[in-house]
Amino acid sequence: MSQMPQQAAVSKCPSCEEPLEPGDRFCGACGYDLSVVPARPEDSPTLAIHGVVPAPDDVDWPVARDSDGHGHPAPVHAAAELPGTDSGGSPLPPPPPAAPPSAPAVPVAPAGSPATGVRFDRPGEPEEYPLQAPDPRLTAEPAPVPGQAPAPEPAAASRQPAPDAAEKVCVACRAGRVDDDGYCENCGHAQPRERDHMEQESGPIAAVSDRGLRHHRNEDAFSVGCTALPDGAPASVAIVCDGVSSATRPDDASLAASRAAGETLLGALPRGTHPQQAMHDAILAASQAVNALADEPATAREQAPHQNAPACTLVGAVVTAGLLVVGWVGDSRVYWVPADRTTPPARLTEDDSWAAQMVAAGLMNEAEAYADERAHAITGWLGADAYELEPHTASFKPDRPGVVVVCTDGLWNYAESAEEMAEAVPLDAAARPLHGARVLVGHALDGGGHDNVTVALLPFPAPSQGAGSA
Amino acid sequence: MRSGMANFSKSNVPQFAVDVYQNEYLPEGGREVNAIVTVTATGGGTVGSAVAAPHLYSPGQGPSAAVALMVDCSGSMDYPPTKMRNARDATSAAIDTLRDGVHFAVVGGTHVAKEVYPGGGRLAVAGDTTRAQAKQALHSLSAGGGTAIGTWLRLADRLLSTADVAIRHGILLTDGRNEHESPEDLKAALDACAGRFTCDARGVGTDWEVKEVTGIASALLGTADIVADPAGLAADFTRMMETAMGKEVADVALRLWTPLGTTVKFVKQVAPTVEELTGRRTEAGPRAGDYPTGSWGDESRDYHVCVEVPAAGLGQEMLAARVSLVIPEPGGSVQNLGAQGLVRAVWTDDMTASTSINPQVAHYTGQAELAQAIQQGLDLRKAGDIDGATAKLGRAVQLAGASGNADTAKLLAKVVDVVDAAAGTVRLKAKVEEADEMTLETRSTKTVRVKK
Repeated sequence: MSQMPQQAAVSKCPSCEEPLEPGDRFCGACGYDLSVVPARPEDSPTLAIHGVVPAPDDVDWPVARDSDGHGHPAPVHAAAELPGTDSGGSPLPPPPPAAPPSAPAVPVAPAGSPATGVRFDRPGEPEEYPLQAPDPRLTAEPAPVPGQAPAPEPAAASRQPAPDAAEKVCVACRAGRVDDDGYCENCGHAQPRERDHMEQESGPIAAVSDRGLRHHRNEDAFSVGCTALPDGAPASVAIVCDGVSSATRPDDASLAASRAAGETLLGALPRGTHPQQAMHDAILAASQAVNALADEPATAREQAPHQNAPACTLVGAVVTAGLLVVGWVGDSRVYWVPADRTTPPARLTEDDSWAAQMVAAGLMNEAEAYADERAHAITGWLGADAYELEPHTASFKPDRPGVVVVCTDGLWNYAESAEEMAEAVPLDAAARPLHGARVLVGHALDGGGHDNVTVALLPFPAPSQGAGSA
Repeated sequence: MRSGMANFSKSNVPQFAVDVYQNEYLPEGGREVNAIVTVTATGGGTVGSAVAAPHLYSPGQGPSAAVALMVDCSGSMDYPPTKMRNARDATSAAIDTLRDGVHFAVVGGTHVAKEVYPGGGRLAVAGDTTRAQAKQALHSLSAGGGTAIGTWLRLADRLLSTADVAIRHGILLTDGRNEHESPEDLKAALDACAGRFTCDARGVGTDWEVKEVTGIASALLGTADIVADPAGLAADFTRMMETAMGKEVADVALRLWTPLGTTVKFVKQVAPTVEELTGRRTEAGPRAGDYPTGSWGDESRDYHVCVEVPAAGLGQEMLAARVSLVIPEPGGSVQNLGAQGLVRAVWTDDMTASTSINPQVAHYTGQAELAQAIQQGLDLRKAGDIDGATAKLGRAVQLAGASGNADTAKLLAKVVDVVDAAAGTVRLKAKVEEADEMTLETRSTKTVRVKK
């Protein structure tokens, strides 16, 4: 089950228990060489980073704090703590005033009211069931993200009939025409929607999203894209969002958030914004996009009592030649799976979930926390009714190649630990990311497909131009 | 002023809106889909303005309309003599409520139907002169003869059909049983008139048959009520005419499309009154049928639609029914009023979702059962089945209390002594005023909406 990165565990010398300072290479008390501290067996985000990361050309990215080559986990950063530079080394313009001055390193639930701000990612007490058909404006072909090379692949052939603009025939009865509402005029069955199964490749990265086997619509969304930094070095971007089912229009929320975040990153990176700052800004932009949905008047079809603000989770990753930046709000995750499978994989994100917070706050042990029915309630999300938004970002400088797995809980429910996830990721995932993403979605469907499944794969390091096209 | 604004949009058909309330989630293998469909007509503004200031309407401004007033003139109307006088006064008040330009006629009903005004197989056009003439003609009304309501309706139909108008409406007053024609004759007349004009029916006194009067109103998509005290007739007639003058569009049908393999279990109006429509379907193309709703002013009604769909797998979604509103036009085509509502079925393994009942569906299921329990209870009481009547009326008291139907609860309390409303424990009253029992029966189908 999910686990917080226990900073305390590596803030003591493994030899003499002397407290350590971040950045220490040797224990100040006993002189123990901290660089040989073995990786923790659990899936804490331990990235052994030895030596100098080959910096792309003239870019001198600042080393992410505490990614110090001692096997220390990279803690959660507020982006503002990490001043970015442009690729010429000059300071960036001041961050937008919306950025919070600082954020706690580890989100901790208020001990007295652990359930405050908790949101269950499943229908609560059903009283009315306002079921919104996907807004046709939004379920239409996703607008191409700037810098994104290929158009989305059509949905899997097994689910999608050959597109026939003149006369769509029902996939269920093969007899009726499909009406404007997306239902068969003969048997009434809902037709596969654009979002039931989506696949997209962009340069060296790929993403796949699927409705799953038990939900009637896909409330996940993603955006992937590639761009170049000011110096021409490649950068890959993936955003994955999971709509909160108990909210109104979760599918609209995830789509709006993934688009806004993707567009923000693909716009900021070529201008030289530090990827971690760009990720922070992208989460804020996504948040605003979701908040804006709450202000939209409900269409006639959506008029229903008991509406609440659209909401979703967000997780994203930026991969450059030497840097891996992740950002998230909610319980969607990033895993690191090294190409050399003899080295340990890691989970790079900490769920904004009730269970994770209880464990982090020391109020419960992991077993107790995850046995509770509130375990999977999320404590952070994007949406107008969210408590104070706390975008989490972290940067890593992996010292070896690998693949970055960005996914919703529809996948990690079936491969929770980093080791399980690594086992599910095909060995050639970095070379064949679309195939790898399909395999991972298949893993979730084989496991029961109880939720929507979305996964994006990004090879690290970002292949230089021309090298990574699949 | 509202009437001033309304005048600009007089000839417009009101805007219809359709809202669907349902729990679309079904368990694996689930087949029955229930939905409450709220139909709301707005934008004409005629009810408010016509009621507030009917004389502000001038010819041509309201929707063209024709009204036939059918007044019982059978011999019993003279016992007591105040009944005939009150009927005359009530008809006079209704005539005063006619909007200028509306076509109208007065029919005197006995075992035959007679034209009282204007005569000659024609309709008069309402204005100061014709209103005065019509009221003058009422003085000639006298009681004498039998009762054959079918003949009154057929004459009203002939007269109303002489005008090329949008709204055709009848108001019928009787004080006795339909003794001078067979039930089959009345049924045939109702069948002939159904869809040609709408009709409100009123029983005055307590010597009439509730099921006859409610049957007329039901067949002709109007309202039924009792006016036990003839002194209350004028006010009631005025209200009825005001409502008739507020109607803006006639012959609206609820069109229900259902997919292949789906059975329509029932369609009924559930507010403002329970009205079974299932058997009144006319086929309208592949897998579609029309259910008559009559004429509409600015108003809102609720319908309960229940369909049985073929089961589908978990995660599947289908359209169980599509509800729209149409007006049939000459030549078999229809005018679609635009609004539509979708009734869905979604299969899920989330038991919390699939086992909950939509509050609207639950409420109206209770209201329909309430109406049925009252009718069955009163029938059993008449048949001398005290235990059966006590059980049914007890259940009715329980349902009326739980759903907040205070009016019906009050009427029930005049027929039974309530021991425990929540438990439905009652005792039949030893002595019940006939007017109270008839009022309860006539108004048993009145419902209340969900408490919000």
